Order: sequence, then C-alpha cells, then structure tokens
Amino acid sequence: MINASLKQLAAALAEKRISAVELATLFLDRIERLNPALNAFITIDREKTLAQARAVDVSGKLGAGDTAQRSLLAGIPLAHKDIFCTEGWRTTCGSKMLANFVSPYDAHVVEKLAAAGMVTLGKLNMDEFAMGSSNETSYFGAVKNPWDRARVPGGSSGGSAAAIAARLAPAVTGTDTGGSIRQPAALCGLTGLKPTYGVVSRYGMIAFASSLDQAGPMAKSAEDCALLLTAMAGFDSRDSTSLERPAEDYSRELEKPLSGLKIGLPKEFFGEGMEPDVRAAVDAALAEYRKLGATTVEVSLPNSALSVPAYYVIAPAEASSNLSRFDGVRYGYRAPEYSDLADMYSKTRAQGFGAEVKRRILIGSYVLSHGYYDAYYLQAQKIRRLIAADFSAAFGECDVIMGPTAPSVAFAFGAKSADPVQMYLSDIYTISTNLAGLPGMSLPCGFGQGGLPVGLQIIGRWFDEARMLNAAHQYQRVTDWHTRLPEGVQ
Amino acid sequence: MKSWEVVIGLETHAQLRTRSKIFSGSSVAFGAEPNRQASAVDIALPGVLPVLNREAVLCAIKFGLAVNGNIAPRSVFARKNYFYPDLPKGYQISQFELPVVSGGGLAIRLGQGDEMREKLVHLTRAHLEEDAGKSLHEDFHGKTGIDLNRAGTPLLEIVSEPEMRSSAEAVAYAKALHALVQWIGICDGNMQEGSFRCDANVSVRPLGQKEFGTRREIKNLNSFRFMQQAIDFEVQWQINEIEEGRAIRQATVLFDPDSGETRAMRSKEDAHDYRYFPDPDLLPLEITPGWIEEVRAALPELPQAMKARFEADYGLSAYDAATLTASRGMADYFSRTVDVAGRERAKLCANWVINDVRRFMTGGTRDDVGEPVASEVRDGTPGRDAIRVSAESLARLIARITDGTISNAGAKKAFVELWTGPQLDVDEVINRLGLKQMNDGGALEKIIDEVLAANAKSVEEYRAGKEKAFNALVGQVMKASKGKANPQQVGELLKKKLGG
Repeated sequence: MINASLKQLAAALAEKRISAVELATLFLDRIERLNPALNAFITIDREKTLAQARAVDVSGKLGAGDTAQRSLLAGIPLAHKDIFCTEGWRTTCGSKMLANFVSPYDAHVVEKLAAAGMVTLGKLNMDEFAMGSSNETSYFGAVKNPWDRARVPGGSSGGSAAAIAARLAPAVTGTDTGGSIRQPAALCGLTGLKPTYGVVSRYGMIAFASSLDQAGPMAKSAEDCALLLTAMAGFDSRDSTSLERPAEDYSRELEKPLSGLKIGLPKEFFGEGMEPDVRAAVDAALAEYRKLGATTVEVSLPNSALSVPAYYVIAPAEASSNLSRFDGVRYGYRAPEYSDLADMYSKTRAQGFGAEVKRRILIGSYVLSHGYYDAYYLQAQKIRRLIAADFSAAFGECDVIMGPTAPSVAFAFGAKSADPVQMYLSDIYTISTNLAGLPGMSLPCGFGQGGLPVGLQIIGRWFDEARMLNAAHQYQRVTDWHTRLPEGVQ
Repeated sequence: MKSWEVVIGLETHAQLRTRSKIFSGSSVAFGAEPNRQASAVDIALPGVLPVLNREAVLCAIKFGLAVNGNIAPRSVFARKNYFYPDLPKGYQISQFELPVVSGGGLAIRLGQGDEMREKLVHLTRAHLEEDAGKSLHEDFHGKTGIDLNRAGTPLLEIVSEPEMRSSAEAVAYAKALHALVQWIGICDGNMQEGSFRCDANVSVRPLGQKEFGTRREIKNLNSFRFMQQAIDFEVQWQINEIEEGRAIRQATVLFDPDSGETRAMRSKEDAHDYRYFPDPDLLPLEITPGWIEEVRAALPELPQAMKARFEADYGLSAYDAATLTASRGMADYFSRTVDVAGRERAKLCANWVINDVRRFMTGGTRDDVGEPVASEVRDGTPGRDAIRVSAESLARLIARITDGTISNAGAKKAFVELWTGPQLDVDEVINRLGLKQMNDGGALEKIIDEVLAANAKSVEEYRAGKEKAFNALVGQVMKASKGKANPQQVGELLKKKLGG
C-alpha cells in the first residue's frame, strides 16, 4: 500500500478495500516509527487526522469513481510543508518566531486539497522561512536524507522530500522560490513540480520572496503530481498575482507519445560545476528520451551565470520586507525581557530568527537602502528580464529544456553550511526558472556517488505543465528509478 | 528690517468614502470597538495578501478629473518600510515613483466681496495609500493598546506645490480642497474623525530671493483654525531664528493647540530610510481611457463651472457665485430654490441663501469646519450642518414677498419661525404669525382717511414741503393697520390722497 500510486489508492478506497481511517492510520504508524530518525515532520496530531479521515469516510466523496479528480483524491492522506497556514494546526515555517503560532485560517492550497477530500497527516519540516538548500536552517533541527542519514535531504522542502522518500506520506506539498521543490526532490529521489508563477494561489503560504514563491506538488511519480496539481491550481481572488485561466486537467497529455518532442540542452547547464556522476545519469536519461522518439538540440541561456547573483538581490530584498511583520507585537515569539519598544523589536528578532534568515534580511535591507537601490535592486530586475528573454529565445528552438536539477548528489551535513556562497550554488540550475516565472520539475534519473539519487530537470514554456508531465510520465513508464526505495524503508 | 516671504506647501490625507478598506474586505465605519474591523489581512497574519479595492481607484480618478490632473495609465504600489506597533506588516503600501494622479490645480479665493481675487494653486501629485492603525497610549492597563480598525483605510494623499504665500492662502487652499473632495463625493470631510488632515511644509526667505529657505513640516493639522495658528507661529519663529543668526534645520514639528506653539518632533538626521520598492504582491494599477471617460461622464458639475454658470445665467456677482459654490450642499440648495422660485427671482434667492440661510447655519463660528456641508433635514432629525428650511419652503417664502403677500420684514420673521419651529407650511406660518399684508384697497383707504382726519397738522406740514411729515403719516397708517398694510401701497395711496 505504501508504494501504491494515488490512482491505486483511490481505487482501493472506492472499492472499500481500505477506509480513509485505515489508510491514515497506516501512515501515522509509519510516521511514529520512522520519523524520529528522519525528523521530517514538525507537527503531527493523530486525533485531528483521524477525525478528518472519519469525516471523509462518511462523506460519500469516496467511491465516486472516475467522475472528477476531486473525488479521486478523497480519503488519500497528504502532509503539508509547514509554510502553509492550516487552520487549527501549528504553522511554524521552520522558525522559532512562529513555534507557537496556530493558524486561524487555511491557505488556498490547503483549502483546495481538503475540499478534494484529502486528509492532513501533519506539517513538514523545512528550512527556516524556506531559506536554505539543506534543511539545516530549521529551528526544529535538520531533516535526514532517507537514502543516507548523514546527508542532507536538500531544501527548503526537505521534510516534504524525506516524507515521500521514506513513504511517510503518499503525497506532499512544497514551495519553490529558487529550487526548493526541485532540488530536494532530486536529492531524495522523487518527482516534484514547480508550476508557472501565478498558477497556484499564494494566499496563506507564508511569503519568502513574493515574486518568486510558488507552491507545487511532490510525489512518487509524474502521474501523481499531475493529479495533485490539478487539485491545487486555480484562480484565487485573494491573490492579486493569481492568474485567471480556465481550469486545466494536468493529466490530459500523460499518455501522449514523445515522438517529435524537441528537447533543448542549454550548454551553460552542461559545463563546469556538474559532478561527473550527475552528468552520467543525466546523459543516460537523455539517451532514453531519444529512444522514446525525442530529439535533442543544444540551446543557449547566455545570462544564466547572472541568475544566482540576481536572485540573491531580489529574494532577500522582498524577504527583508515580508519578514517585517514578525515583530513580536501581535503573534509569534516575543523576547521575554526588554527595556523599550526598540529593544523589544531588536531582541525579539535577534532571538526569534536564525542566522541564515538574519543574513538575508541584512542583505535585503542593504540592497533596498537609499543610494544602493538603483545599483542592486533595479539592476537585478533588468537581469531578470534578460533571463526571461533568454528562455523565450531558447524555446523558439525546442519544446522543453532538460538538464541536471542539482550539480551534485546529496551532500553531508555541515559540508556547505560554513560557506553561504557554496550553499547558494546548489540552486544554480533551478533559480533561473523562478526568475523567469517558468514551470520546472525534477524526476529521478539514476544514482550517483554513494548510491544517492540524481534528478533530471525539465523546464517548460509558461503554462506548459501538461507537456512537462507528459515527458516525465513517458520516461517513468520505461524506467524504474522512481520506484526505488532507500534501504530500511520498506 | 528685512522683508520676508513665506512659502507653504500642503500635504493632505483625505480618507476615501469606500465601503471597505483599500486592500481588504473589512468595513471602514468609524467608531467600532477596537479591532472589531480588523481582518486577517489587516492584522497581517502570516501568508495573507492585499487585493486592491477598485472603489478607491475610482475616487482617485474622480479627483484627478476634478483638478484637471494627469491620470496615470499605469501606476505602481510601493512598500514604505518602517517598524511601528500600529503598522502591522512593518510596511505601508503607498505609491512612490509612479503615483495615480500628477499635476492639476485648485482655484482658491482670497478676500471678500468686490475685493475677492482668485489664485490657482498647482498640485504636484495625488497618490493612493493605506492608513495605519492607532496606538492607544492612555488608559490601557498602564500599557499601550493597539487598535487596528483604521489600518488599511484608503487614503488619497494630495500634495500641493509650495505656492501658498501666507497662512490665509494655506487655509483658503485647505478649505477649497476640503469642499472639493466632498463635492465629488470621495471624502466625508469630517476633520474631527480624522477624515481630512493636513501637513504643512513651511519656510521663509528674504523677499526677492529665488531659492527656498529650509522647511519644517508641521504634522497633523486637523482644523483650519489650528492650521492658521500653527503656520503663523512657525513663520514668526523661523524669522526670529534667522534674524538672530541661527540657521533653520529641516525637521518635523507638532502644533500644540494649548500653548499655540510648534515643537520639533524629529530632525532630518534621524529620518527613516524607508527602503521603498514596488510591492510584489500587487500588480501595477492600470487605468484605461475607457474607465476614465466613464467616470468623467458620471462626474457632477464642478464648482468652477457652476460658479461661471451662476454669474452668466443669473447675473450674480463673482463673490456671490463663489460663496454659493463653496460647498456642494449649498450650491445644490440654491439651485433647487431657484428651480422652484423661478429664474427671475434668482438674485433674491441668492441674497436669501447667502445672508439668511448661511448666517443661521454658521452662527459666525464655523471656522473649524469651513463651509457648511449643508445637508437638508431628513426624517425630522437635523444633522450638524442641516439647513432646517427646505429649498421648496424658501422658494415659496420668496414668492410670497414678490407677490406682495408679506413684507420683507415679515418674511424674515417667518424664516426664523420656519428654521426654529416645527416643520410647517410657509402659508401656515404666515397665517399663524399674522404676517399677511393688508392688500385690500377699501379697508386700507378707510384707515388712511381716518389717519388723515386725526393728523391734520402733519398733513399741513407735508403740504408745506416737509417730507418728514409724510413718513410720520405712513408710520401712523402702519400702526393703525397693526403692521399688516403693505408699506409701498400705503405710500402710493397717501400720495394720491394728499396730492388730490
């Protein structure tokens, strides 16, 4: 059951081979047993989960068969990254600042998945305020990679990735500001998708960098991600950047053959920096695609070297302002002792935020300050437009772009935490899609050093999620990387 | 002694009359219990997002059209970052580089009667922004309480060019702006509740000097009287400082109405760096020409146009026309009075509205609220600025003067009764007070004959050329008629009899 696809779980629920309560219990028991070693969850609440499952069992949403996805997902458990406000659940964003914050409302994503009948298993660990690529910045301790507990799961959606890899949940949500869905998906051997900016509402998702943040699904396969994305996406009038588009069935193109598909390979992604084991796995995957009838063509993204510097201006700038609301006045952490208002602010924020968050607030405040704004922020926005233009040009020659998701397999704890720039470079292949607002995904394409998973990245045109999922699904039909399990998980 | 020139520019925050806040669905009604009108968005819970209220944009478009400014086809909301407990997000959403309205101007009037002159004050810009909440420093268990009901209330910040040259000009500008925002219905103008508040940038320079002096900004002037006092004090203070050899340092000051003085709050050195940047949660505000035309078509006749029409159509003086169009309520009231009374009586209507109606409303002490808003009595419950005599009643009263039913003096008495007494019909009041003039020639002739018979001496004196004697005879007739005779008719009849 733990390796079953969402469709198989739906069938089991529809045919009453298992109830929503039994299914939730199965995963809760696994979490209880395996989570202490992995630390993937920040909050679990068995009673709440089971009450939700019982409600679904008697709701009549089960067994509605193949009519709509909404009913298809009913009774299937999932866990949310702790960045999504979840009514009645502690929502910490991986920070001491919100360690005691119980949300009084649901994020749009939480609302939509609950409306589809999915049952919340708990809240997943993450880098503090989604700032990190290794999950080492979480106030609640790092998540361990289920493939090797001495290694990082990636970040910031590290809890989400570890939960899928260890089969603690059949589906999870994640968010991606610079690679936070795709990089941990690659490092933990699962499939994750960051949609086009504006496809999924940001309402209720605690903001890191508003113009880059986007929520997406993480699961065992592209087929599962397609089902989840269909349930998550949709216009929301509460998010001004949410796009008003007709509802889409992201599964509709899954079975299309790939013959004629043109795959663009940016030469900048295949140069220095990529580890040989990653290159070997990616090359093998591309060979597989050619066997499936696709052709590959070299393309160029000449400004991609600028994506990391531009990102580390724009994202901290927005974050420095977004995180101002955590001031100890209305909710969350407040320093126990202070002499006056200014002292309350500085002690609260000094004690409530971790080092990486403080570093980014400082960078962000600096680049926005008087006299530096033009040199940094405006310049970075110009680079952003150049990067988007690069992609537009590249997509004139291909249908999708492929390359590595991350330069290396999962690294050891502490390996990069002393050098922020090295850490930031973990997202070198993923950041440009956020800057351009493009959809991107990662899927397992083999194993590298130490038997650790390698991820293949697919980048699509704006709103081309269905085609990316089609490309990923066709690959997963002829390969079994995505079905492999870490040792000790079964 | 040197002569000094005063330079004043005003920044005005007008609270927009929308049903809900500028970025959330909460109500903006005044006076609710603390934090009862604060939603998840207003208190800035994690994860919430702003959504622009198009009603606020509509108000900005109306204003832009009314001042003949440029309405930006694309303007941008920006974040102004600073920490304060009543600023829940840690930033205020405002407009910085690209405001919704730029340019335009406002005509102000200075002086009285024939001395009146107009001046056009140019506007720099007007932009949309949200208000902050309130910190309650008193009586909150010895701590500071935060009330976020006001947080997110829509404001239009209107910035003038530094073109005012005296406190009187500044007050005239503020009053004209106050009347205009109410005229076009975008602000209720209630200064006590903070719906209309001004900051004044004041500097002085030697007469003839081109460069501006260093300015100080007087914050939060919420009455016209305080504005006048504060500017006058500040100007004198600055002149004294300079004359005593001290330089003015840029600063923000507060006016203390109790002492009548301005006091520095913070200097430029500790000014914030607000780290403005475009708000990534909001798309640029796009206003199509079609939308602007739609708003223009629905805009009421503006004060300047109405003033010109009153002068041209009714032959009113510029001052009278300006007085009648100083507020929308007054203008509407006058227009309705003329509609009922007839155009030929427009001048008389104007005199009554300007002299009698306005005097009763203002009572001479209305400098804090400017021109009365002049709402009429509805459902028998007069509001603060209520005109207690309807336009229809005033028109009938005026008609009764011109048709000779009552004298001008009688009409004044009837007006007082109509204003202060129960809401009665004009003719009923005339009857009740016995103000009807004696227009029956026969009865009047009889009285005149009796008066002439009893005052032979006066008759003789009149015939001997003493005009005074005639007036005495008129007086006697009026007295005998108990004031009901029409004095004009009395004069005519008397002349006929004495001449014959």
